[in-house]
Amino acid sequence: MAAAGQGATPLAGGTDLMVEVNFGHRRPDEVVALRRVDELASWDGNRIGAAVSWRRIERDGPRALAQAARTVGSPQIRNAGTIGGNLATASPAGDGHPFIVAVDASIELASTSGTRLVPWTEFFTGVKETSLRDGELVSAVELPEELPDRQEFAKIGVRNAMVIATVCVVVTRSDGKVTVGLGSVAPTPIRAHGAEEMISSINKPSESDLDEFQRLVSEEVRPITDHRSTEEYRRHAAGVLARRLLVRCLR
Amino acid sequence: MIVNFTLNGEPANARVVSPVSLLDVLRDQIGLRGSKSACEQGECGSCSIVLDGDVVCACLVMAGDVEGSEVTTVEGISSGDVLNGVQAAMHEAGAVQCGFCTPGIVVTATDLFAANPHPSTGEIKSALAGNICRCTGYGAIVRALDSLAGRRS
Amino acid sequence: MTTTRSTPHLTVEGGVGDSPLRPDGVPKLRGRFDYASDLVSEGMLWGATTRSPHARARVVSIDVAPALAIGGVHAVLTADDVPGRAVFGLEHPDQPVLAGEEVRFWGEPVAVVAAEDDDTARRAAAAVLVEYERLEPLVDPEEADRRDDVFRRMRIRRGDQETRGPIVVEGHYEVGMQDQAPLGPEAGVAVPDGHGGVDLYATSQFVHVDHEQVVASLGLRPEQVRAHPTGIGGAFGAREDVNLHIHLCLLALHTGRPVKMVYHRSESFAGHVHRHPARMWFRHEADHDGRLLRVEARVIIDGGAYASTTAAVLGNACYFAVGPYRCDSVSVDGVGTRTNNPPCGAMRGFGAVQVCVGYEAQMDKLARALDLDPLEVRRRNALATGDPMPTTGQVITTPLPVVDVIDSLAAMPLPDAGRSGSVPGGSGLTTDPEHVTRGVGYALGIKNLGFSEGFDDSAQARVRLTAEGLVVETAAIEVGQGLATVLAQIARSALGVSKAEVRHVDTSQIDSAGSTSASRQTQVSGGATLEAATSLRERILDTHRGDDLSDEGVMRDGRVVVPMAVLAGESWEETVTFRHPPTTAPDENGQGVVHADFAVAGHRAVVDVDAELGLVSVVKVDTAQDVGKALHPEAVRGQIEGGILQGVGLAIMEELVISDGVIRNPNFTDYLLPTILDAPDVEALLIEQEGSWGPFGAKGVGEPPTISSTSAVLAAIRDATGKDIDRAPVRPQDIAL
Repeated sequence: MAAAGQGATPLAGGTDLMVEVNFGHRRPDEVVALRRVDELASWDGNRIGAAVSWRRIERDGPRALAQAARTVGSPQIRNAGTIGGNLATASPAGDGHPFIVAVDASIELASTSGTRLVPWTEFFTGVKETSLRDGELVSAVELPEELPDRQEFAKIGVRNAMVIATVCVVVTRSDGKVTVGLGSVAPTPIRAHGAEEMISSINKPSESDLDEFQRLVSEEVRPITDHRSTEEYRRHAAGVLARRLLVRCLR
Repeated sequence: MIVNFTLNGEPANARVVSPVSLLDVLRDQIGLRGSKSACEQGECGSCSIVLDGDVVCACLVMAGDVEGSEVTTVEGISSGDVLNGVQAAMHEAGAVQCGFCTPGIVVTATDLFAANPHPSTGEIKSALAGNICRCTGYGAIVRALDSLAGRRS
Repeated sequence: MTTTRSTPHLTVEGGVGDSPLRPDGVPKLRGRFDYASDLVSEGMLWGATTRSPHARARVVSIDVAPALAIGGVHAVLTADDVPGRAVFGLEHPDQPVLAGEEVRFWGEPVAVVAAEDDDTARRAAAAVLVEYERLEPLVDPEEADRRDDVFRRMRIRRGDQETRGPIVVEGHYEVGMQDQAPLGPEAGVAVPDGHGGVDLYATSQFVHVDHEQVVASLGLRPEQVRAHPTGIGGAFGAREDVNLHIHLCLLALHTGRPVKMVYHRSESFAGHVHRHPARMWFRHEADHDGRLLRVEARVIIDGGAYASTTAAVLGNACYFAVGPYRCDSVSVDGVGTRTNNPPCGAMRGFGAVQVCVGYEAQMDKLARALDLDPLEVRRRNALATGDPMPTTGQVITTPLPVVDVIDSLAAMPLPDAGRSGSVPGGSGLTTDPEHVTRGVGYALGIKNLGFSEGFDDSAQARVRLTAEGLVVETAAIEVGQGLATVLAQIARSALGVSKAEVRHVDTSQIDSAGSTSASRQTQVSGGATLEAATSLRERILDTHRGDDLSDEGVMRDGRVVVPMAVLAGESWEETVTFRHPPTTAPDENGQGVVHADFAVAGHRAVVDVDAELGLVSVVKVDTAQDVGKALHPEAVRGQIEGGILQGVGLAIMEELVISDGVIRNPNFTDYLLPTILDAPDVEALLIEQEGSWGPFGAKGVGEPPTISSTSAVLAAIRDATGKDIDRAPVRPQDIAL
């Protein structure tokens, strides 16, 4: 913690930082290695330590987060990569983010002056930007006590492994309340509040209700065109995925 | 700083001056060049090693972070001049062409079979999803490992 | 011209037809095989390259001082430091060794550095201060065509040009820029010999041509440079052109120290040539029975900034623009343009891949227009031995089993409806069974084997009988395809001696074996090996009045008359330079005996498609391939499976995204190579028909798997979705929107 306070760069699995180092983009003078810090790797109920690997989450995590974990990189990446690292990097396409936002999780940040809990809405501030202050580390993810009983994840990639999400979505449903978390369709992961509100008030959605839900999701996302995909496709795919995941939640 | 660790069952150390990957240290400092560098970002698996019991990409491990750790590379995957089961199966099945991906596949597959001597074809493929091969189309690799698992494919 | 002599039928262990284990398999499996990137030399420095960040710019000034000021830097060289020819090039020397007044593509080398370690060299390369004046890059090949900024124009006219047909189908097609992406990066070490010369150990497909270009640019005598074959991590065409070879030798001679260079992946993407992107238009006219009456095509391929092999690739594209079909009225116009896009050159398939996407789509359109089965329309038009090639008029004299390929594919059973394995979307869980439709598609392809258009192609091989057994010496490059195994098999079968190995020797020790490309080495280097070995056997038996040769030695009437130990002590060796039947340059209408040999292959792809999301899973690819004789059946299968997966990659996921001349995805995160989870099941039928001039009738097998596998996947996607897919790779939005 103290080392982090002096500007040392945190290192857990290395799956993001070491890429920067290998490319010559970053040359941290001091590194604080978190891989084997026991407290950071602890997992108590709904508090998942930042250094918990994606492999552990794939095995033991809540359904939709485990589904997301399974699509992270490759077995080698999942052995090394951590949920905390994924959050700290805050790529718009981060596979774990849609779950975080769909269940309204909070991120625990720690420094020498203590810890603070930040709702996800305040944590993600932009493309690869977070509200982490100097000297702060992501120390844990705090999931709500009660998680939705229906939760489903899906991610679009052109290849069957090791692919950055073109679009990734989590839909949850509990007592009729539906949430939709989306990644790769905005600078940060987002919720589709309009679509959620519309569908949550309907007990048994009809096909045309689902059409409307899909349309609202497509409208609410703010994707871009880049070398991986187009705005039109992401918009279309976000709606399709959200609808399909909701249908699974309704079964 | 000096980093002390166990390498292929023997004590080893490395002098780490700046942020450098374990892959670079293995290849350039220690002289074990079996692990390959092909993408610098963990997207191809050709630098796969075992670190504290897990298969990871050595290019993504910071050398300074392996103090006290156990590292196994392709050079240590079999003892002496004998090929292990994975290596022998791949040799017999013609699963090596240019061979650049081969060390990474050997390490990953050996780790799989150590935990599970009879993986299904699906489990074999899932375990190797992070190892890219550009030459073979993976057919002979799957045949080799299927036969090692006790199946003819 | 040399012909293949008939050889006695010899069954020897590890001979042709067997699938002996690779001689380099064990070291590769144990991680003890040295690739170029693994080489080290005492006292060596590391090299790095300063590259242009612009697709086109004037180089106003280069200040090397900031780089030289970095501790541990031994040299920083620019164009002024090139003592000999300032340009290099495989077919046409037009590419500056180091940029002079202008940079013409993103990533063009401007300076090279030698330093104590890799890290320092890269930092120094980044520190070289280059002042550029940006210029407007030419990035549209059609604009380049209009400006006549071209490397070659091709014109093919055969038959009566007024012929028309009642059934007409037309289409525009596009193929994106694929990359060879061999896993082993460009790498090498250059070692100065202390007398003004240098030994080069670098990734290559053709050491003699590297040697030529190094000699020219360094202003040395040929005997002062030796280019050595080294371990290569794959090639697929990326290694035919020089990339770091001259740079390394320059640095080594300048510093007096060995210099090593290894490209990182993004640099590798920038630093080697790519497959030509293509835009094509076709019009096929047929009669009511589906017989082709006329084919018209226009092909434009973008060669990028420098010539490389664009002229030859364009030639191929045009020569194979009709495919393996008969047609007596043909018109093809092609152009290879020069732009400021990244330079393009050889990639497995070499122009024949791109046009196949077009002509096979057309054949399917024809089938639909006539309500004919897609295989039947192909059967009715199939080329056969004795027919003239539709484009060049060259009469096909070797076997060309097009109909057998078609019939074999038709007979192969289709997979079951469900398949354990990847659904579209894979572990991304995007797709449920109700979202999936299955499609089946067929495609045929034809490729030439060997070099063409009158190129004087040859390969030299030397066979020696030593105390260690047979040694085949060659400069032919083993890139993983199994040449080292096959040449030994040929020597064994020709001589009857089972102990045989291949030694890769440098340019000073043997003449050129030619390029490891064009699917030619088994036929040409194999031809040389066969002739040398056969000749050696005859001389041995003549000299010792024996009637047979075996591991024991010279035999007469079943008894050993000269033991092998004694025989090996006599100096038996034979060197042969083999040439295939000659080809000619085309006339002004593209007519002539342009090609050395042909091979045909067909593919059937089965795909599962989630059409709403545009996601594709390639379930199975079946193939029948014309191989002449499978000298090493397992290696042939390996080439087929590997080539098919590259074809699948081009169909659904591999494309270099270029905008304003800049590669946007020069890394493995965003240039997607198929993983094991993307690989379809493959069933391959080898069609062996005698008659080719290759050793034992063998034909080259490396490229045919890539020619029509892409087209078959596209056809299957069309079948599954009903969409008019007209480009490769297909992107999700092309299907879903």
